[in-house]
Amino acid sequence: MTILELQKIALEVRKGIVTAVYHAKAGHPGGSLSAADLFTYLYFEEMNIDPNDPKKPDRDRFVLSKGHTAPGLYSTLAQRGYFPVEDLKTLRHLGSYLQGHPDMKHIPGVDMSSGSLGQGISAAVGMALSAQLSHDNYRVYTLLGDGEIQEGQVWEAAMFAGHRKLDNLVVIVDNNGLQIDGTIADVCSPYPIDKKFEAFQFHVINVENGNDFNQLKNAFQEARNIKGFPTAIIMKTTKGKGVSFMENSVGWHGKAPNEQEYAIAMADLEKAGEAL
Amino acid sequence: MSKKIATRESYGNALVELGKKYENLVVLDADLAAATKTGIFKKEFPERHIDCGIAECNMMGIAAGLATTGKVPFASTFAMFAAGRAFEQVRNSIGYPHLNVKIGATHAGISVGEDGATHQCNEDIALMRTIPGMVIINPADDIEARAAVKAAYKHDGPVYLRFGRLAVPVINDPDSYQFEIGKGITLKEGSDVTIIATGLCVASALEAVERLEQDGIHAKLINIHTIKPLDETLIIEAAQSTGKVVTVEEHSVIGGLGSAVCETLSSYYPTPVLKLGIQDVFGESGSATALLHKYQLDGEGIYQQIKNWI
Repeated sequence: MTILELQKIALEVRKGIVTAVYHAKAGHPGGSLSAADLFTYLYFEEMNIDPNDPKKPDRDRFVLSKGHTAPGLYSTLAQRGYFPVEDLKTLRHLGSYLQGHPDMKHIPGVDMSSGSLGQGISAAVGMALSAQLSHDNYRVYTLLGDGEIQEGQVWEAAMFAGHRKLDNLVVIVDNNGLQIDGTIADVCSPYPIDKKFEAFQFHVINVENGNDFNQLKNAFQEARNIKGFPTAIIMKTTKGKGVSFMENSVGWHGKAPNEQEYAIAMADLEKAGEAL
Repeated sequence: MSKKIATRESYGNALVELGKKYENLVVLDADLAAATKTGIFKKEFPERHIDCGIAECNMMGIAAGLATTGKVPFASTFAMFAAGRAFEQVRNSIGYPHLNVKIGATHAGISVGEDGATHQCNEDIALMRTIPGMVIINPADDIEARAAVKAAYKHDGPVYLRFGRLAVPVINDPDSYQFEIGKGITLKEGSDVTIIATGLCVASALEAVERLEQDGIHAKLINIHTIKPLDETLIIEAAQSTGKVVTVEEHSVIGGLGSAVCETLSSYYPTPVLKLGIQDVFGESGSATALLHKYQLDGEGIYQQIKNWI
């Protein structure tokens, strides 16, 4: 797929995020938008998956450890054909299968239920371990928030992954710099993130701009060639990316746009599409 | 009752038996393989024994991930850490997605002994009962424990298996014993009172029943190995036939077998219930037998308390 094609899909993913959260009147747009390009790259370029056979045994796995950004994952899965895009409007509604946080029992394409921060990475490590034990070829990807890595369990999982040399595992950290109470640097700094993963025996790739498909492509291609170490991709991103008033704003971590804001957001994304 | 075996030992042995048959069985431990007895499995199948180090929360998550790929993991550590420290991981990563993870929790209850209160988990049954879909099995002896491990493997969904450190008498007959998840076992018929016991308290309750019999009190004795799902029919029928119920467990009287029995009876057949167990206190250091005596969970203690109450 060309970079332009990926960019176009990512814009549709972003529209789906904003639409889902708008209709839910709740949810987490900021971190969904910062990772929209990553979700797009994984599901349209990187991973061996089949929307018509979501449970095929040899598929690559993805665990959304920062589960609150479910709108980003759901919108991508819908664009990829796992379920109708129209269903995004039912997000968080009573009776909808699109739960507030990923639910593997009811949502096609979701490989692990997640949402309680710090837990998804352990499940991803378990999946990667399973492949190592059985000599299966699938790869496992997990996305963490930069605030999430304040959870101690993340480092328990990282220690184990490094110790077991799980080179089929890619841990991605969405370093948008913001968490609910402020900047991650102010709240309880996890920096330097790269050096921490290095110390836990990871091959670390720093991505200067995780909203740039060329840089994502280079990083994931590099990760594929790493043997004997798990890979950590630390990608700097812009929280709220693509929606003018949400960009780099702590307030849009977990808030839905009102009608007027929704219109502005969609217009922003339309405009970005025309510019492509 | 001459032979004594700790149910943690039964756990390790049963894992080996199952491991020979089933390739997808994997055992996890958190640096306690010698104590939880998964070391027995490790010796036989080193490649399928995964030591996660002292990181129980991560171990539960790894178990969940393994289960999504079709492996059947037995995650093993002390009850304190399995149900206590890793409660939320068990709830959210295993219970909520209803993954096929078996939790082998050893060193449960006051009979941990000398380690004292920090390691004596008297709350695990209460914690695990609140997780929808979690099966909880607390076997009484070696025969039952080994059968329970096998049944847990065959059951599709999360199972919490509770084992003890202390060697306990073998009370079941290996030839005739039959285990079924959720089915209590009537060990003795009686008409004056029903004693419902679980785990190592079943053997002590048997002693108490004999002494009550000598005093002319005919007690019915039920072994409840599966605390969830609870054998409600058996318990209600027993309450109807005897009118009085005593529960006996090596666990807090808050949230364990006693509470489960009371919840059932208060809904369907309100009956006076005496709850024997740890009476909302922390434990302390001492030998297991001395502690069981002090907290009145040995044959003598159970007998005296029932005698005073009845």
